[in-house]
Amino acid sequence: MTMNNQGSPTATGAGQTREPATISGDRGMDHEERLIFELGRPGMSGVDIPRVEIAESRLAGQRRKGPIGLPGLSEPEVVRHYVRLSRMNYSIDAGLYPLGSCTMKHNPRLNEKLARLPGFGDLHPLAPLSAAQGALALIGELMRWLTALTGMPAVTMVPKAGAHGELCGMLTIRAAIAARGEQRPRVLVPESAHGTNPATATFAGFTVDEIKATPKGRVDVAALEAKLGPDVGAVMLTNPNTCGLFERDVLRIAQLVHKAGAYFYCDGANFNAIAGRVRPGDLGVDAMHINLHKTFSTPHGGGGPGAGPVVLSAALAPFAPLPLLVHDASGFRLIEDRDEVPAGARPFGRMCAFHGQMGMFVRALATMLSHGRDGIRQASEDAVLSANYILASLKDAMSAPFEGPCMHEALFDDEFLHDSGVTTLDFAKAMIDEGYHPMTVYFPLVVHGAMLIEPTESESKESLDRFIRVLGTMALEAKAGKRERFEGAPRLVPRRRLDETAASRKPVLRWKPKEMPKAAE
Amino acid sequence: MNETRFTDQHEWVRVDGGEGTVGITRYATEQLGDVVYVELPKIGRSLAKGAEAAVVESVKAASEIYAPVGGSVTAANEALNDDPAKVNADPEGEGWFFKLKLANAAELSALMTAGQYADYVKGL
Repeated sequence: MTMNNQGSPTATGAGQTREPATISGDRGMDHEERLIFELGRPGMSGVDIPRVEIAESRLAGQRRKGPIGLPGLSEPEVVRHYVRLSRMNYSIDAGLYPLGSCTMKHNPRLNEKLARLPGFGDLHPLAPLSAAQGALALIGELMRWLTALTGMPAVTMVPKAGAHGELCGMLTIRAAIAARGEQRPRVLVPESAHGTNPATATFAGFTVDEIKATPKGRVDVAALEAKLGPDVGAVMLTNPNTCGLFERDVLRIAQLVHKAGAYFYCDGANFNAIAGRVRPGDLGVDAMHINLHKTFSTPHGGGGPGAGPVVLSAALAPFAPLPLLVHDASGFRLIEDRDEVPAGARPFGRMCAFHGQMGMFVRALATMLSHGRDGIRQASEDAVLSANYILASLKDAMSAPFEGPCMHEALFDDEFLHDSGVTTLDFAKAMIDEGYHPMTVYFPLVVHGAMLIEPTESESKESLDRFIRVLGTMALEAKAGKRERFEGAPRLVPRRRLDETAASRKPVLRWKPKEMPKAAE
Repeated sequence: MNETRFTDQHEWVRVDGGEGTVGITRYATEQLGDVVYVELPKIGRSLAKGAEAAVVESVKAASEIYAPVGGSVTAANEALNDDPAKVNADPEGEGWFFKLKLANAAELSALMTAGQYADYVKGL
């Protein structure tokens, strides 16, 4: 048996303890599903296509010579394959999904219904503007909500994800610095910021300098001040930060950043803790992305891509990327060309072909309209209350590195597992056997063996109590040296602990047939 | 002189003549878990003390390796490209990262001795 660094068995598949083994290989509803390429056979097809005799081929040298290698299956076989795979999936519709910094909240069915309205769902990206007025009006209304909720004067709807939004914000900042004729190559990023922040700054052409956190899990303002200078282009702060804490010195930080002539970027991935309560515009933020697909339903972007609009301060607004949405006497239209932009606008360029993710825009606006401003505020307050309930209920059984109260995420460390032989990874894997998706582990890095839990406002008190009872009992068992449920966990799933080391060192990225099958006809 | 010195970032440097061999400590490998990838510096590169010299990626995290002392890189342990597991198996021997010709041997005196480092780790 191979061992991983946690000293736990890493056998895959084999070693299932449930006896007797079934004859079929399936375990009740738990099907042993092979790859579709392994299921298919040449010659099989879902539909019979009449053979067409082609008198004269015009393909010339482009004609395919070998078999194409697609699997051949009947329609029921294809349906079963994907239904079986979908049943192995875990989703917010199946249970509590406490993945910290991901805001896996309930996706209201009303939003789904609205996103599927043909005028939105079937709209072609190249449809003439006259046929897309309703969709553009919806985007315009969503922009109004986003600027109102954030207290910022402008927003660009272009970015397709949170990190894409960060990049958009940083490219906007770069353009603003260039327009001032200045050289500001450095960006300061606190330890407690999201991991994507330094990557984004680097990708946007800046060099990154890290700022340490205080023992209380917040930005060390003195360290920040010491590093600010005429070569600093921006500071990227996550607020609330990845320790689940509100950066109380945010106003002072904004003041220092602006005094140094730099711009203040805020990572808005944790907006769910403050939406409707705090307006980033009032905090002195110059740019912030909003993960529509976290904060305003469509968890994980429905499989992606997401939507990461960026709100901009008056100083940065002119540099927002194309296309620009404008509304005049003739209705809504998109400005696609640099030569047609209104006076004062200096777009830094274009990030992608189309305007954004229509389905997510619809769901986000549906969430806003059905909640209202007071409802959004309550959702944030409930999310914070849920996290604090978990923190308060589990801080004795587990261990919390920072003093509460927290924002919408409860952070624990592995102090309570010290000398137990159980690691954060074992603990998280054992949660799978209990029917829960694990929390975010080993992040943020500032905390040893971190476990970051974000329950969101979707969970009832009963659901939270059950979760707390399960985790609390697991913690007590680990501390008492009862390691059975942790060793080699998960045990009650189609595959046991995977060998992550082998997967990284010798990745198998593509299934290859032993022999190319003949093409299905 | 052939002595191993340690940094608070868990790098070690062993000096023989004017050349130092650099790697990460066993404590560091235990914290990182299984190493899956190592990015080594180019030979001839000049490094200031504390400059980012290499990157080590494990199943848990990616971390930068800083030059414990300044100097120019004379060798990189190419064997780690094919077998990064050497870092876990023998971090303070076969799992070395790179060698460098010391720019200023006096920088060594600011680093910890084996005994001091052991005490430092105990306090973490």
